Amino acid sequence: MNDALPKWADIALIPLLNLTLALIVSGLVVGFIGEDPFEVLSLLIEGAVGSADGWSYTLYYATNFIFTGLGVAVAFHARLFNIGGEGQAMLGGLGVALALLYVPWPHWSLALLAAMTGAALFGAAWAAIPAWLQARRGSHIVITTIMFNFIASALMVYLLSRVLLVPGAGGSPETARFAAATNLPAIGDLYALMGWGCVERPIASVCRAPLNIAFLLALLAGFAVWALLWRTRLGYEIRAFGHSEPAALYAGISPTKIIMVAMLISGGLCGLMAINAVMGEAERLVIDPVQGAGFVGIAVALMGRSHPIGICLAALLFGMLYQGGGYVEFDIPAISREMILVIQALVILFTGALDNMVRAPMEALFLNRRRPEPALPTSATRSDGDPKERKVEP
Amino acid sequence: MSRAAPRDEGDAALAIELRGISKSFGPVQANRDISIEVRRGTIHGIIGENGAGKSTLMSILYGFYRADAGEILIGGRRTEIPDSQAAIDAGIGMVFQHFKLVENFTVLENVILGAEDGRLLKPSLAKARRLLKQLADDYEMDVDPEAVIEELGVGQQQRVEILKALYREADILILDEPTGVLTPAEADHLFRILRGLRDEGKTIILITHKLREIMEITDSVSVMRRGEMTATVPTAETSPEELAELMVGRKVLLRVDKAPARPGDVVLEVRDLRVVDEQKVERLRGIDLTIRAGEILGIAGVSGNGQSELLEVLGGYANGTGSIRMNGQEIDLTGTASDARTRRARGIAHVPEDRQREGLVMDYRAWENVAFGYHSDPRFSSGLFMDHAAMRADCDDKMRRFDVRPPDPTLAAKNFSGGNQQKIVLAREIERNPDLLLIGQPTRGVDIGAIEFIHEQIVALRDQGKAILLVSVELDEIMALSDRIAVMFDGRIMGERLPGETDQRELGLLMAGMAGAAA
Amino acid sequence: MDFLGLLQILDSTLRLATPLLFACLAGLFSERAGIFDIGLEGKMLASAFLSAAAASYTGNVWLGCLAGIGASLMLAAIHGVASITFRGNQLISGVAINFLASGLTVVVGEAWFGLGGRTPQLMGAARFQEIDLPFAREIADVPLLGPIYANLLSGHSALVYIGLLCVPLTWWVLYRTRFGLRLRAVGENPAAVDTAGVSVVGLRYAAVMICGLLTGLAGAYLATALSAGFVKEMSAGRGFIALAALIFAKWRPWYALGATLLFGLLEALGNRFQTIEVFDITVPTQFMQALPYILTVVILAGFVGRAIPPRAGGEPYIKER
Repeated sequence: MNDALPKWADIALIPLLNLTLALIVSGLVVGFIGEDPFEVLSLLIEGAVGSADGWSYTLYYATNFIFTGLGVAVAFHARLFNIGGEGQAMLGGLGVALALLYVPWPHWSLALLAAMTGAALFGAAWAAIPAWLQARRGSHIVITTIMFNFIASALMVYLLSRVLLVPGAGGSPETARFAAATNLPAIGDLYALMGWGCVERPIASVCRAPLNIAFLLALLAGFAVWALLWRTRLGYEIRAFGHSEPAALYAGISPTKIIMVAMLISGGLCGLMAINAVMGEAERLVIDPVQGAGFVGIAVALMGRSHPIGICLAALLFGMLYQGGGYVEFDIPAISREMILVIQALVILFTGALDNMVRAPMEALFLNRRRPEPALPTSATRSDGDPKERKVEP
Repeated sequence: MSRAAPRDEGDAALAIELRGISKSFGPVQANRDISIEVRRGTIHGIIGENGAGKSTLMSILYGFYRADAGEILIGGRRTEIPDSQAAIDAGIGMVFQHFKLVENFTVLENVILGAEDGRLLKPSLAKARRLLKQLADDYEMDVDPEAVIEELGVGQQQRVEILKALYREADILILDEPTGVLTPAEADHLFRILRGLRDEGKTIILITHKLREIMEITDSVSVMRRGEMTATVPTAETSPEELAELMVGRKVLLRVDKAPARPGDVVLEVRDLRVVDEQKVERLRGIDLTIRAGEILGIAGVSGNGQSELLEVLGGYANGTGSIRMNGQEIDLTGTASDARTRRARGIAHVPEDRQREGLVMDYRAWENVAFGYHSDPRFSSGLFMDHAAMRADCDDKMRRFDVRPPDPTLAAKNFSGGNQQKIVLAREIERNPDLLLIGQPTRGVDIGAIEFIHEQIVALRDQGKAILLVSVELDEIMALSDRIAVMFDGRIMGERLPGETDQRELGLLMAGMAGAAA
Repeated sequence: MDFLGLLQILDSTLRLATPLLFACLAGLFSERAGIFDIGLEGKMLASAFLSAAAASYTGNVWLGCLAGIGASLMLAAIHGVASITFRGNQLISGVAINFLASGLTVVVGEAWFGLGGRTPQLMGAARFQEIDLPFAREIADVPLLGPIYANLLSGHSALVYIGLLCVPLTWWVLYRTRFGLRLRAVGENPAAVDTAGVSVVGLRYAAVMICGLLTGLAGAYLATALSAGFVKEMSAGRGFIALAALIFAKWRPWYALGATLLFGLLEALGNRFQTIEVFDITVPTQFMQALPYILTVVILAGFVGRAIPPRAGGEPYIKER
């Protein structure tokens, strides 16, 4: 009886309740280390959305999370748990770097196309091996994708310290800067174009904010994922497979194909994150361009109920956390950036694993408010009142 | 032994008495004010349609669910049964329809699980070995205590379940649809065991939907309908017709009216078809069969004898070897050219045995499900995209013509009753005008009203000149619908009979693998 | 490589295998009871942190070890509540626990010590000391056996020996006791356990808590025996490697010892030979470091034998008739 809840409660109320719980527990952690949770919260909000500067950083982070969140969500719909977004995004960064370092692109738009191709291809390729192993060998994709994260970081260290290293980069392993012609239009350019002035501030300034055109690409990707999942035949097959593998086989949908395709799309989307972080922000490939965004994608996808609109909203929330978190750390050094990781973990815990804790009482509440209906014959779905085992996707 | 004592004496104490038991799940009332009295040392049947609430009632008795209202008396004493342990303590043993055995444990380990003596296993196992031997001698339940469950046949597994209950010194034994997986011979053996147990003074409750079993073995019978107990009568004073009417609430036709078949050209020809499963077990061992246009070939057999594999390989999602010819043309059996999609393209439609696992995506809405398997049809998709409007229109149309209730295309498949789900699947598969319809367990979990409708549809399709392969474990259904009957046992076809020239006994022997006896 | 060099590598194999062994046995209890636990990593990390913090505060490694176990048990309890009581997705719960541990260890560590997520260096009784087995010195000069006994078997911390003892103990509990029978049954078919009148929930919680206890030992060993203090992310994927070892070991205790020793050997080799030359090609350090992860993938790919996991693994138990 999944219809015990009205739709609005399912897609809005429950995630909000889960989020509130996560924030309350985070507040307790803040209190535990001797700081005032309310002060931290107000600083966090001020830093994230209190100014144009804050907003532009928040949206920059959100861009990363939209890409990785969409990536994780596409896999969720095929009932695959892709924890390898981190590694896939790293490889995406490599794809961007290779596309930009060796070709003298005349204009950023061409460079962007090439970089997107590189990012998506490399990200997809990194997802392909775990996908194939899952489809053909039944290897647990959760563990293989985690292993591929570790292998990816070893590979990046190797490539950056041995192969792509520029002599005299000051010791930190990174590539040369990309040519200026490939720099993406950023929010500062818009300000300059419109003739708006911007205030230089110590930690955040619109003029130096990394928010760039990739944000629009992320929104576009969200639309594309929606169309893919709910409008195309492939999406119909992916979702059918995710709901029931035996049914997919019965309908002539090849599990191998769906696992491969869903993971390739998932990896490609995670890889595309590098457009924002590597091409848009760093403008060179550094040792860890992803900064945990691949993992944030899991929380974002879970919170956003694997739907692009939900994902964009959840990504915005996490963008606020990341930007606001940096701001808080500046003012209260005792609150380190890893606090974000704690909040992220709690969001995953409450929205993903403890969902029934909130859902079951809410369902009971809503059921009690309804009148008992004449019983449908229930031989089919044993309505034993138990919440049925929940799948990975909402 | 007091086995000669007449059992219909009025003074026998009550083993179980239920008073006013009610249970609802959300808005659905599964049991409503149910009262029964079961006398000690009798076999009491509970009969009713699917979804009538029999299993819920027994689950309450075994501590799976708590009743919302009412009380349970065991041996005249009010007893609370909050969990299975309490039921066991009260002397209740339960044999579930789906056995609750640990497949890779031995018989002995399964028997002692939860009833061990002490923290170490060795003494418990030794004691159980002794006791088991004695029980086996007493009730002709020969089972090797060291055998691993997954290597035993279903009949033997069921005996392990009974032994489990007896090991726990159960006085009251509840069996839920115990013969569903048994051959008629195995069922007879089970009934002998049950009679022996009754004569020892045990009380037995038999839950079934088969009238024949009720008439054959029970002393008294209760009938359930829509969550209510409609009657309790001594078996000797009732008839199958009366029970059927009590079950359904109106007169039921137990037969299907159909004209003699007019077979046409050969549609499907299967030669030496073999399927080996992932555990390297040969599930089909050389199947030969032919189906002509305009006839129904019924496949009888106890479930698990290769019928599912036959449907899967014909439906395109199991690999096999041998030859399948459809309208005279060979079908690829392996590789990329062999999947459910290519089979449909060859004119094979398939109503699968398990509609909830295979035939429908339970979370998809009805309109999404009507295209399932045919979603690449130009009717439903153009280019990369699906045509939702066409799917909705098609669903509206099908729901009207197949009388699906409620006729709401936006409802998810899981929210329809079993019968209406089956109508959705049937509508989808029939409407494609296939040359061959594969149909497995067409009426499993379907209410009686819908059964009649589904049977009529199958016969109508035959009369349009389609070939139909019907797989069912319900012998009555096979007898009523088939124009020819093939019996499967252990991956082989034991023989073919015409329904007019055979009977349940002969088919039962074939189902048990006794080809010679039936010749 | 000479004999002593070989002994050194085997010696460090044993040291490096110990945390994997604890974690692998921990996973064995949990998965045998039908609860997947990819949160081994996080529990190990949390235990490493709290054991180092408590040991540095009290100066007593055993108190540190207890604190570490406490941290691990807390996270195990969360996993139990999520996956047993609320029937949540066990994978997601595990992932959350891993992130929670990564975050909390640094946040709390920074707040307590202000050392960028480290704990202070542990010294003296705040660390596990090496134990010399009896007569190690006396027979060290006996050819062959002497050095093996003195250099390889002797001179480890108490936890190494406890870990080795846990192997037969686990085997005995699993196959010779009532608890073990029920535990194995609940991972194969919880309905059978339930209808036999035994609490599925109780058994699964017991298994999850044993898992927490053993993972706690793994983490304490990392921070207070193998290293001298906690460092950010010091578990470095060992929890996941232990899971791969568990699959390789077909969920059996003795095989688990073999599998974790293999991974220990790999890590020891990676540490000993930072670079290896194969046919004039220098294999880079990073490859050696990634080797355990690569091997994990190879093992999961089933190129090295395949096994059937506990049948009810990962599925929340819902009563059905």
